[in-house]
Amino acid sequence: MTALLKARNLTRILPETIPVTLVRDVSLTVAEREFVAITGPSGSGKSSLLYLLGLLDRPTSGTLTIEGRDTGPMNDAELARTRLEMLGFVFQFHFLLPEFTARQNVEIPMRKLGRLSRRQMRDRAGDLLAMLGLADHCDKKPYQLSGGQRQRVAVARALANDPPMVFADEPTGSLDSKSSEQVFQTLRDLVTERGKTVVAVTHDLDMAARMDRRIHLVDGMLADADDD
Amino acid sequence: MRLILDIAMTHIVGRGRQTLVAVIGVAVGVGFSIAMAALMQGGQDDFVEQLIDTMPHVQITDERRSARRQPAEDAFDAAAISGLRPPDDRRGIINPTAALAWLEGWVPGNVAQSLRTQGVVRYQGREAGAALVGVEPETERTISPIVEDFTRGSFATLSEGGNNIVMGDRMADKLGADLGDTVTAVSSSGLTRNFRITGLFHTGTTARDEGEAYLLLKNAQILSERTNAINDIRIKLRDPYAATTAAQRIEAELGYKAVSWQEANEAIMEAFVVRNVIMYAVVAAILLVAGFGIFNIVSTITHEKARDIAIMKSLGFSRSDMQRMFVIEGIAIGAAGSILGWVLGFALTYALSSIRFELDAGGQEMTELPIAWSALHYAIASAFALGSAAIAGYLPARKAARLHPVDIIRGAS
Repeated sequence: MTALLKARNLTRILPETIPVTLVRDVSLTVAEREFVAITGPSGSGKSSLLYLLGLLDRPTSGTLTIEGRDTGPMNDAELARTRLEMLGFVFQFHFLLPEFTARQNVEIPMRKLGRLSRRQMRDRAGDLLAMLGLADHCDKKPYQLSGGQRQRVAVARALANDPPMVFADEPTGSLDSKSSEQVFQTLRDLVTERGKTVVAVTHDLDMAARMDRRIHLVDGMLADADDD
Repeated sequence: MRLILDIAMTHIVGRGRQTLVAVIGVAVGVGFSIAMAALMQGGQDDFVEQLIDTMPHVQITDERRSARRQPAEDAFDAAAISGLRPPDDRRGIINPTAALAWLEGWVPGNVAQSLRTQGVVRYQGREAGAALVGVEPETERTISPIVEDFTRGSFATLSEGGNNIVMGDRMADKLGADLGDTVTAVSSSGLTRNFRITGLFHTGTTARDEGEAYLLLKNAQILSERTNAINDIRIKLRDPYAATTAAQRIEAELGYKAVSWQEANEAIMEAFVVRNVIMYAVVAAILLVAGFGIFNIVSTITHEKARDIAIMKSLGFSRSDMQRMFVIEGIAIGAAGSILGWVLGFALTYALSSIRFELDAGGQEMTELPIAWSALHYAIASAFALGSAAIAGYLPARKAARLHPVDIIRGAS
């Protein structure tokens, strides 16, 4: 398996009056087609680590390479471009744009990238939503959808530009158990059927146990990263 | 870019009422600016037009601006002569025939010569001071609008022969004389001669209606004992705005003082510049206030949409994308306001132009407001509006672009 993402000694310190260390000296490698869980107690820095890996935040020190490219020297526009092309995000709350329909929300990253014609974007958005069981809800606005449906729209949006990696931050955190299971299955399918790499932060240990690998954080540091 | 535009539009539309207020703010600013500019420009144009119509474009008099260079100064380096005055002999323009021929050779327009002297007009014991202007009616009518201003009789009667005079109606009133009466003109040298009134004019300028009388050039020359003399050449150019250069050339060649209409009214022209500066300052101030409305709404949107900004950033929108989005929102409000303002401005200007009133003051009758219709006013008002909108959008946009997505995502979860 080839390494898709490689982090070396990542540290993130918030420069407050009393500096707060969110992530301390984390090194890890994520390979292609892996389904990785980041777990840990509240405040252990698991979300912070995810944001660093997902280029939403920049480390205070340490290096991060994605597909062999060093992200350290990239400027804001280049980081944005990398997120657009390579990374998809699913957050605890769905974070859809409220004024747009499900389909339009899925189209937004595609329109930003601008590689497809409008017609192709429309079709692809429809296909993605249909794949996630939302074929009948394409033209609904977010407020007309249930929590689980919204989260699946968010997954569809994360997949819009067919990125190799999807990051999920407590994707099931605000859902009931039935919806949680649906979303988990969706992520699982991404890895097994579509060959994506998924890194998910979760505090749900049962769910983490069903993933390929677990990265356990305590106080911003790596603790017994087990592989099985 | 389309995408950013689309999202920007949903933001604006999402805040319909506030947007409307901001748009109306801009529209009122633009509209009133346009109407004000139309009125002020109209007043100015009207005034300048009257100047151009009634005044000669270039007036050459028998005066010199400065004393002639003295031969001693040419002969000796050390010679310095100061305190000289130009000769004030008032003998008229030397060799007027040659000067006129030269002028008619190149000046694009009409040239008229005249002899203007001060005198008194008497009628039955009453008298009135008058500028007695000796003219040649055929050329005079090509350079002066006075021909149009006759209420009784006509200018053409001057050339009918005999000792005819035409004068302002107020002067006739003052003298108690009427058309057909014979008045006595007295020149400054004391010579008298009788003239029959064959025309009365009313220019609307009291000073002229009260103090000007026209007679044949020949008669004027006889009256003032200055045979063949003229002291005034007036030129009406086809392009009034070429007057300055023409005046310079004439003065360089003939040596006599040649005054363009712009120079003659320099103080008024300067006053117009000051007035325009004031007007544009007021326009800028109005639109600056409108800019605050835009700042307010864009700023509100960036606060309200902080979460959306974070999402878009996580999806791969860059800082400059976000900045552009909110600047576009500001400009869009400014543009909508501009267009609405054009309509408002047009309506206001139209309303002003249709006001009719009777006014007979200051010697000029005005029956409607002078209005200038100019696309430039619309362009300038819009430019100001869009400029202040762009700035008003830019400030909150810059702040929004700097938002850190992680801070917001963390805050929300």
